Amino acid sequence: MGMTMTQKILASHCGLDKVEAGQLIEANVDLVLGNDVTSPVAIGEMKKMKTEGVFDKDKIAIVLDHFTPNKDIKSAELCKCAKEFSIKNNITNFFETGEVGIEHALLPEKGLVVAGDVVIGADSHTCTYGALGAFSTGVGSTDMAAGMATGKAWFKVPCALKFILTGKPAKWVSGKDIILHIIGMIGVDGALYKSMEFTGDGIQYLSMDDRFAMTNMAIEAGGKNGIFPVDELTIEYMKEHSVKEYKIYEADEDAVYDEVYTIDLSQLKPTVAFPHLPENTRTIDNVGDVKIDQVVIGSCTNGRIEDLRIAAEIMKGRKVAKGVRVIVIPATQKIYLQAIEEGLVSEFIKAGAAVSTPTCGPCLGGHMGILAKGERAVATTNRNFVGRMGHPESEVYLASPAVAAASAVTGKISGPEELGL
Amino acid sequence: MKAYGKVFKYGDNVDTDVIIPARYLNAPDPAELAKHCMEDIDVDFVKNVNKGDIIVAEKNFGCGSSREHAPIAIKAAGVSCVIAETFARIFYRNAINIGLPIIECREAARDIEAGDEIEVDFDTGMIYNKTKGREYKGQAFPEFMQKIIKAEGLINYINEQ
Repeated sequence: MGMTMTQKILASHCGLDKVEAGQLIEANVDLVLGNDVTSPVAIGEMKKMKTEGVFDKDKIAIVLDHFTPNKDIKSAELCKCAKEFSIKNNITNFFETGEVGIEHALLPEKGLVVAGDVVIGADSHTCTYGALGAFSTGVGSTDMAAGMATGKAWFKVPCALKFILTGKPAKWVSGKDIILHIIGMIGVDGALYKSMEFTGDGIQYLSMDDRFAMTNMAIEAGGKNGIFPVDELTIEYMKEHSVKEYKIYEADEDAVYDEVYTIDLSQLKPTVAFPHLPENTRTIDNVGDVKIDQVVIGSCTNGRIEDLRIAAEIMKGRKVAKGVRVIVIPATQKIYLQAIEEGLVSEFIKAGAAVSTPTCGPCLGGHMGILAKGERAVATTNRNFVGRMGHPESEVYLASPAVAAASAVTGKISGPEELGL
Repeated sequence: MKAYGKVFKYGDNVDTDVIIPARYLNAPDPAELAKHCMEDIDVDFVKNVNKGDIIVAEKNFGCGSSREHAPIAIKAAGVSCVIAETFARIFYRNAINIGLPIIECREAARDIEAGDEIEVDFDTGMIYNKTKGREYKGQAFPEFMQKIIKAEGLINYINEQ
């Protein structure tokens, strides 16, 4: 019986030739990540430990992105705690306002994760790095503390679901639409405890930004991780961004999967997840007349340059509908600068959108775009749970950058076709 | 090790945003978090919960964010155990790592109702519904996890190694 791609990476990190689903292992980790919400709790746990200091100052990333620029005194205290810890331990990869980006956009961009790595992060969307052919998964603060101290983490080796992607997606269908379609199909616990391995000839049509958006939302199906095979595009991306040595793992031909799904990408349409679960999906032709109060374009799912280019292409020469607030948040400083240099920021501002410095902000109802009772937002973010972006009686509709931008112009949930695009 | 208490019952997909909304994550002190536990799904929870009480939910309890603040809030609110048909994986890890006992049992999750008084035996995985006079066999923890729970969390477990 062969191993899946994920199982091979895990085996290599615990010194075994072979692992199988259900086996408990202790693996060496290549990177431990935390943010301004989760790191202070981890630092508190570390203080209870007998060991002093961190296992490797170069293999820890502390990214202050959630409530930053500090939204209030309590948040400022959390950031201060994380900063003092980082300075004391000489953490190489500490990022605060000015150089910070949303962690899951920032780490690949900085070249801190490459194919074959094992990464744990005290943030559920740590699964994003699977797009690079790495095993990465979200953990809590105590696991982060143990990881920072020992460089190890315990795992139950996951079984897997295989998604064979075929065909070429239509112009306005992005990675976001594909992953929303998948979550709609298997449900928010459809991949519970499992790996989601994406494969098939359709992958050649997916950009790295599409792939990041897809693996980012593996957790929204309950998945332990999402992972793509490494192809020429992945290698090109890693060579451009990283000096780290990468290692390519491939699933065995006789690897065992709990389920195999085949999805013809050419048949998919722009897809929207209605409140209050990411599985409540409808294709754009079935959304009906849903008027909106806010649009958010950003987040670790869809705040990358390609997302901004798509949104700007749609908003260029058009105006945001009266009564709609549009907030565009480039995910990293590099993306922000690129968006300025390419003229995208000008187009957003001319259309009547606000453009912000990188932050997770509104995605988790932190700041920078909180909803009032009864308000509705279309967001390129990843969760639409009760109260996620503000008042418990507000609503979030998850969509691609193209749908979000078109909705900004019409004032209701719309696809780009409605604008004749 | 045993738990005994009155049940608070919830459905599928109770996410960590409703267990502890992000607007309270800027103050991670357990006592502060406990004040807002379950606020966006059950505004009266904090008012009604007593030390030792038990949360019973259906599928995928604790889905969403990795915030350890969620099991911390539940534990600090006085809850002695969470029973569900299934747990989201990060919540499962976090609960064990901070020493909040949790147990998966489909039958119990479906049969137990709000207000039932139940007893849980963690060593055997047995759940006794004192109100209804029924019992359910839950999944006992594997040995590896029992050691972590016995040490009252991962950090103590590592310190003992």
